Order: sequence, then structure tokens, then C-alpha cells
Amino acid sequence: MKEENAIEVHNITKSFKIYLDKGHTMKERLLFRKRRAYEVRSVLNGISFEVKKGEAVGLIGHNGCGKSTTLKLLTKIMYPDSGSIEMRGRVSSLIELGAGFHPDMSGRENIYINASIFGLTRSEIDRRLEDIIAFSELEQFIDNPVRTYSSGMYMRLAFSVAINVDADILLIDEILAVGDVAFQAKCFNKLREIKGNGTTIVIVSHSLSQIEQICERSYWIDKGEIRMMGQPGKVHPEYMNYMGEQEKIQKEKIRKKNQSRNIDNSQNTDAQIQDAVEIISVSFTDKQGVEKTAMKCGEEIYLNIEYKLNSEEVEETLLGLLFFRNDGVVCYGTNTQKERMPNIKLNNEGKIVCHFSKMNLVAGEYYVDIAIRKINMLPYVYLKEAAHFKIYSDIDEVGVARLDHSWEIG
Amino acid sequence: MFNRLKELYLYREMIFSLVKRDLKGRYKGSALGFLWTFLNPLLQLAVYTMVFSVIMRAGIKDYYLFLFVALVPWIFFSTSLSGGASCIWAQQDMVKKIYFPREVLPVSYVTSQFVNMLLSFIVIFGVLIFSGHAINLIAILYLPIIMVVEFVLALGVAMLTSAITVYFRDMEYILGIVAMAWQFLTPVMYAIDMAPEKVRFIFHLNPMTPVIEAYRDILYYGRVPELNTLFSAVIIGVMVLVTGWFTFHRLQKHFVEEL
Repeated sequence: MKEENAIEVHNITKSFKIYLDKGHTMKERLLFRKRRAYEVRSVLNGISFEVKKGEAVGLIGHNGCGKSTTLKLLTKIMYPDSGSIEMRGRVSSLIELGAGFHPDMSGRENIYINASIFGLTRSEIDRRLEDIIAFSELEQFIDNPVRTYSSGMYMRLAFSVAINVDADILLIDEILAVGDVAFQAKCFNKLREIKGNGTTIVIVSHSLSQIEQICERSYWIDKGEIRMMGQPGKVHPEYMNYMGEQEKIQKEKIRKKNQSRNIDNSQNTDAQIQDAVEIISVSFTDKQGVEKTAMKCGEEIYLNIEYKLNSEEVEETLLGLLFFRNDGVVCYGTNTQKERMPNIKLNNEGKIVCHFSKMNLVAGEYYVDIAIRKINMLPYVYLKEAAHFKIYSDIDEVGVARLDHSWEIG
Repeated sequence: MFNRLKELYLYREMIFSLVKRDLKGRYKGSALGFLWTFLNPLLQLAVYTMVFSVIMRAGIKDYYLFLFVALVPWIFFSTSLSGGASCIWAQQDMVKKIYFPREVLPVSYVTSQFVNMLLSFIVIFGVLIFSGHAINLIAILYLPIIMVVEFVLALGVAMLTSAITVYFRDMEYILGIVAMAWQFLTPVMYAIDMAPEKVRFIFHLNPMTPVIEAYRDILYYGRVPELNTLFSAVIIGVMVLVTGWFTFHRLQKHFVEEL
């Protein structure tokens, strides 16, 4: 193991036996021996990486890619089938909060139980007790039984213990979603402080912005292999784009399936003048014309709509866009008529481009609906969720859209 | 193996907390609370006294004492055997999410049962003194030794059964029956010379026989246990622990996948 490293992982593999019907009892074991079919699913296919002392790295990837398994192997909850893991220093994990809590015991007693499970000795806990209680902000309640706590208080206590363990290596799995916003911010600051003290950190998270804020490096794990590594700012856009592509392929499959099942689409729920205008494709591209499904907040972006007319009788039209977030919140909607543009006379075939000099929606997932409408009449076409895209950001803003601003501090 | 011991030592506070949690949590919510720890054996003793001095006379002097000094250690052992089997299964949420030396669980389970036995022993001594039964102080000095031997034996068994139960759930229920049968193959309710000559060899193969006999020698007969008895108890205890721990160590690598 190299002197400067805190973690070295060499070519680890791991596979699980997935029992189709797991039988635990003797009857099942003896009688249905042959029927106990299982498949071997390999989760990790040779992952290697090194983490230097004091470094923070993030593991990203879609569900089931193997990132959580990697973390479990690091904590030694499980053992790899082959390959080796070397770690230097005391390891602590923020994976399960509140382990061993007894509802009838007081907060203080539970701190001792919980901290001891992390491997702390009594004197070590004594030394940290004040910090833990202060951090949890539960001073008045600390001698009440834990069953009287609200779930928020419970998690706050659990998190306070876990974060005060003082390890050399800290392994974190999706836990920075504890308590209210203020407490979350506090946790996050504490994590920065811990990092500042030289603790090595490995984070598994779906929140890319959290990783961007704290990690020097990201590992993108895909199908049990490291697909890409590097600065979060470089890896994450690639990852988002890839995920967007995958989703598109998935959607396409579903659409095709639906189409083959129901060729006659004439009973479509949305009233529209049938098939007069057809939208052939919708895509986002950047300045260079590269197609994108994930963009950075504030990026310059083009929305391209290719269409064709199926009827001679299409009259003058207007074009509308409606952006909404994946939770249904409408973010922005407009159309050409509202913007007092002249009515549009469409060609038989063509492309409409809408230019956003700054795509200022905050980080999240969005859809856009597109409508081409006869003036003051029903739409020729209304394409729901015509495009799906993600926005990422290295600034942890809240709200819907960024208001362009600058600061002047006197 | 040495490393495992060292790590277990580092986690001593966890063992301590789990034992404390178990003992304190056991009677939480009941009106008499911790008092039950003493009340329970005392009431048991009352029942046995009733049964064996009124209904079914056993022809052994102070039979209730004869029985009780063996029964309390036996209950410790049989609980470690059958209850200990599920100690990992029962804590699976913890096992699946957090790293700690897995040995902590059987160790703390058996320790908590052990402490419970020690508390029952306060009752035993109380009764011994009150009943005016002769107490041999030199023999009492051997008591801690035999307790440690029994602890070692119980721990070995609990490690073995708890690890197997993770892979094979029926173990827990099978062991319930095994524990019952085992009790009758151990001189708990009767002296070994009451058993027919033919089956006596089974008693001698049984690792609990020398342990229970030593308890009875010390407390009931008030004599120093035979060195033979003591020695074979120590040897068997250590052998069981080593086997138990070895098996546990082999099986624990895949606990998480099996749970």
C-alpha cells in the first residue's frame, strides 16, 4: 500500500446468488432442492481505485450499478469474491443511523449504545458527549426516553452521534437528507469541517450537487465497472447526458410498444385537428450543435423542432412552449402570439429553432410540452412531454429559476 | 485469531452497552421492573418446593435445593443454546448495515444471560443461608472457576448455533427440542447414579454433566468438586469454544447475503 493512500481497491468482483424463491426451512431445503433455482448476478466486475489521505470522492451511477455494494465492501459488511481492499486508519460509516436505539431508554443512554456500535470506547464517548448533544440541539430532551421523540428529533440524535465519531475514513451513503433544511445545512457544514481536518471521505449519493460541493473526484460506476473518473464537473455532465439518452431509449421502446398495440390513435384524448401537422423530432443542442439532454444552469441552449405538414389545409399558426418540472410545477410557458410575433405560415417541411441565451431553470428534471395551434383555434398538434431534460448546477439554489443577478457589497 | 480478539477488545464498550440494554430493557414497562430479576427465580423455587415436597416426594434431602442449584446454571446454558441461536438473525438490521465484529452479538447475548444467572445466584445464596443449609466456604472458592467454564461452554455453543441459524432457520426450533432433551440427559433433576447403568455413558459424554455436578458439589453437598470433574469440564469447554468460534468465523463472511 502506498504511503499517501488511505484506501486501495484492487480489482474487486462480487456476485450474488439470486434465489428465485428463497427457501429457508428444512422442508424446502430437502424436498425442493432442485427447484431452488437461482441465478448468479454479478454486481461488480473488477473495480480498482485509490483514494489519497484527506481526499473526498463520490461514487455515482444509476440504481443497481454497484455503487452501494462497493461501499458495503469498503465497510467490511460484505467481502469481495476476488480482489483486495486495503484501508489505513479507523473507518466509520454513515450508512445506518440510530443502530441499536432502544425506545425506552433516554437519549443520553442511547448515545452510548449507538456510539459503542461504531466502536468507540467509554472514555471516547464521554469526551464527545457534549458535542453530540450540542450538535443534536436536543439539550432539554436528552434525558427523556427516545420513544417520546418526533422522527425528526430521532434522526437528529442519530446523525449527531454518527458524525461525531471522528474516523480517519468516513463512508457515507445517501444520508444528508436528515431533519429540516437548517439542520441539513448544519450537517453539510460539519462534513466540510471534517474534511478540512483531513478525514478521507467516500460518498455514494444521487445528489450530484452535494458531491460537486465536497468531492475532488467522482467515479461513475456502470454495470459493475468504472466507466469514467475525474473531476465531478467533468464526469457529471457526461453521466447526466448518458442517463438522459438511456431514458429516451426506454421511452422510445414504450412508445413503440404502445403504437403496435394500438395503431388507431384517432381516439386520442386531446382534441386536435387530426394529424395535420406532425412533429418529427424534438431535441436540445448546445452552441456547437451537440445534442444534449442535460445542461448546466445558465448554459446557452437551442430547442430544435422538426415538423412536417400532412395536409394542404394548414392555415396560419402560432407556436407554444410549456416547461414544467417533474413534480408537475409549471415553470414557464409562452407562445408566439403572446409575444406579439406575426402569425406563422409553416412550410411543408421544416425546422423551428428556439434560442435560449441562458437556460436559467435551477437544477432538476424538466419536461417541455410543444403545441402548434391554428390561430384562436384548436391545436394542430399538442405534443405532451415532447422532450425531457435535466439541469445540473454547482450552486445549490432553491426555487424554480435563477434570477440573473450580481452582488455589490459596500 | 489474535487480530479478532484484539478487535473484539476494541468493541468492548459495545458488548457492555448491549448487555446493559438487554438487562435494563428486559423488564421495562412492567410495574416491578428490575425486581423481576430476583422475583422470577424465587417464585420458581417456590413452585418446585411445593411440587417436590408436597406432591411428588423425591426422597432426597432438601430436594428443592438439590434441584435449584443445578437448575439455575442449566437455564443459563439452555437459554444460550436455544435463544442464542437467533441472536444474529434478530439483529439483522444492524448486521446488514453496520460493520462490527460479528462475535459481539453472541458474546453479549451470552454475557447478558450470564449476568442474569449471577443475579439469580444472589437468591440461591439467600435461600441457602435462610434454610440453614451447611455452606463450605472453601468449596465456594471454586464457584467462579466453574462459572467461567460454563460461560466458555455456553459461548462456544451459542456461536455455533447462531451462525448456523443464519443459514438454516429451522435450527432455532430444533434447538428448542434439543435443549429439552438435553436437560434430561444432564443430572439436573436427579443425580447421575439414579440413571440405569446402561445409559450412564451418555451422561458422561455430555459436556454439561461435569459442570452441573461441580455446581452441586459446591453448593449442595458443600464439598470441593473432584479435580477430575473440573479438569474434564475445562477441556471440553475450551474445545467447544474453539470449534464454535472457528465455525462462526467461517460462516460470518456471508451473513449479509443470507439475511
